[in-house]
Amino acid sequence: MIETFGLSRDQLLDIEYYLKLTRLLEERLVALFRQAKVIGGLYRSLGQEGESVAAAYALDFKQGDVVQPLIRNMGSILVAGARPADIIRQYMAKGNSPTRGRELNIHFGHPDRDGFIGQISMLGDMIPVMAGITLAGRMQKRNLVGLAFIGDGGSSTGAFWEGFNFATVQRLPLVIIVEHNHYAYSTPTEKQTLANTLADKALGVGAIGETVDGNDVLAVYDATKRAVTRARNGEGVTLLEVKTFRLKGHAEHDNQSYVPREMVGQRSARSVRAAPRRERLCNGRGLQGDRATRETRSRRRDG
Amino acid sequence: MSETTYIEAITQAMAEEMARDERVFLIGEDVGAYGGAFKTSAGLIERFGPGRVIDTPISEIAIVGAASGAALMGMRPIAEMQFIDFITCAYDMLVNFAATSRYRVGSACPIVVRGPAGGGVHGGPFHSLNPEAMFMNRPGLKIVAPGTAYDAKGLLKAAIRDDDPVIYIEHKYLYRRIKENLPDDDYIVPIGKANIRRKGKDLTILTWGAMIYVADEAADELQKDGVSAEIIDLRSILPFDEEAILESVAKTNRVVILHEAPLTGGAGAEFAARIAEKAFDYLDAPIKRVAALDVPTPYSPPLEAAALPNKAKLLAAIRELLAY
Repeated sequence: MIETFGLSRDQLLDIEYYLKLTRLLEERLVALFRQAKVIGGLYRSLGQEGESVAAAYALDFKQGDVVQPLIRNMGSILVAGARPADIIRQYMAKGNSPTRGRELNIHFGHPDRDGFIGQISMLGDMIPVMAGITLAGRMQKRNLVGLAFIGDGGSSTGAFWEGFNFATVQRLPLVIIVEHNHYAYSTPTEKQTLANTLADKALGVGAIGETVDGNDVLAVYDATKRAVTRARNGEGVTLLEVKTFRLKGHAEHDNQSYVPREMVGQRSARSVRAAPRRERLCNGRGLQGDRATRETRSRRRDG
Repeated sequence: MSETTYIEAITQAMAEEMARDERVFLIGEDVGAYGGAFKTSAGLIERFGPGRVIDTPISEIAIVGAASGAALMGMRPIAEMQFIDFITCAYDMLVNFAATSRYRVGSACPIVVRGPAGGGVHGGPFHSLNPEAMFMNRPGLKIVAPGTAYDAKGLLKAAIRDDDPVIYIEHKYLYRRIKENLPDDDYIVPIGKANIRRKGKDLTILTWGAMIYVADEAADELQKDGVSAEIIDLRSILPFDEEAILESVAKTNRVVILHEAPLTGGAGAEFAARIAEKAFDYLDAPIKRVAALDVPTPYSPPLEAAALPNKAKLLAAIRELLAY
């Protein structure tokens, strides 16, 4: 038996459902991209969908919690309730997309109405904005928590630091996940920071810092859940470093020629190991993998 | 009616809106216990508490960003820049996030970003900015620049109630130099409406902010020579009252645009272009612009006086206009 952190069988299946939904939706988008039906770029979350789903699953959207994804966290907004058809319409710049063709991919969503807010591309800006969203939640006595995603690149921006510091000083109910996927476009982490871990960035502002293995879905759920609980209890901001890999280039056009060959090998080996870990997620509770797959597929048809 | 300074008008507008609507709050540097660097928020923390008068770290991006996030959640934040010069630190947040939110994703972002602007007080290059033109080319923002205590109060109330992000440019030279009797009732000055400050028939002076007083002085001087100048106090830079401008030009056939920001790429360029496009046939002379020199605002009093527009520079331009 693996540790399941209090998640019931149905909840585990739910997580598995969102993992599969994210992967299947992305594969559909890849097909559309190759048919030139996706108007702009396509940004794969391959390798990061597990942590995206698990982290968002630690939120309580009925309570009014808000998640703010980056481009590779499509899974997190699916958990929040985003409709796959809307995401496809967004990518295809359709007039009946949520933004009526004005914005691309997952740049949509209203924090109050939808439980998620699409990022702007100056990614660091979203940390001050999420600070404001949680500040409003506190003023309105709604006891909601915000979860913001940022990356090894985005956490180099001034906006990140200003928002992170302000939220920490105000003890706002905010959890920041800093995804460490080793590359910001082509720039490796060692050219972003000399900090030993990205969680160390919490020291400078007096927040709580923690690191978790992003390929371990349940560990990400657990670490996020604990951070969310602290946030809701008024115990302040957590910077949670999620160690992960970007298995594809920045977008579909990017062949990652800048990634050392030996690292590509290591990364695929890690992702191969990550897949059985997801299987264990079901099997560990005595669920048959096939049955779980059947159940998620049928839900997909219903959805 | 009670006699009120320009700065008191701003304080009153904030206090009245905070009392009227619990969604309104103030966020900025030193706005709480200290009451603001210029005492614009004096007494507000005592009345509304630290939950609604929020002192922040020195972080303009966080101030404007947190205001924007709270606005999306239904609040009505007023973000104070200690000097409007520091708004440039939050430029990205304003022009990319707040300004685009409604158009991009349909989420209104009703924030007010206000702060002391303008020269004439020897603030030097980093404390004298007139920022309007920096924001004019970014659709989604509104920009107002009151020149009177009446407008300072009425426009701030309108800005707080507006569903779009409004940059509220208050002129620090005017803070304690002008006093007016303001009505006691709850009034607003609508955004986008100019005020014909003085009626005239021989030429139009199109201006705003503290420059309205320079226009007054010049118009008084012209009066002695029997020349009647019409003064338009634009009040709102974006959206601007095109109708009022064109009507006035159609009547006077001569126009000089006066602003305190530098000439090149200044807001006056847009107004001149609009007049040339839409009222060319009414013009009896080329459109004139009087503005600051294209330099950062210098510190030394004689240098500053040389850089900024004044009555003499305006009159010289008007004499040329009349002689054309």
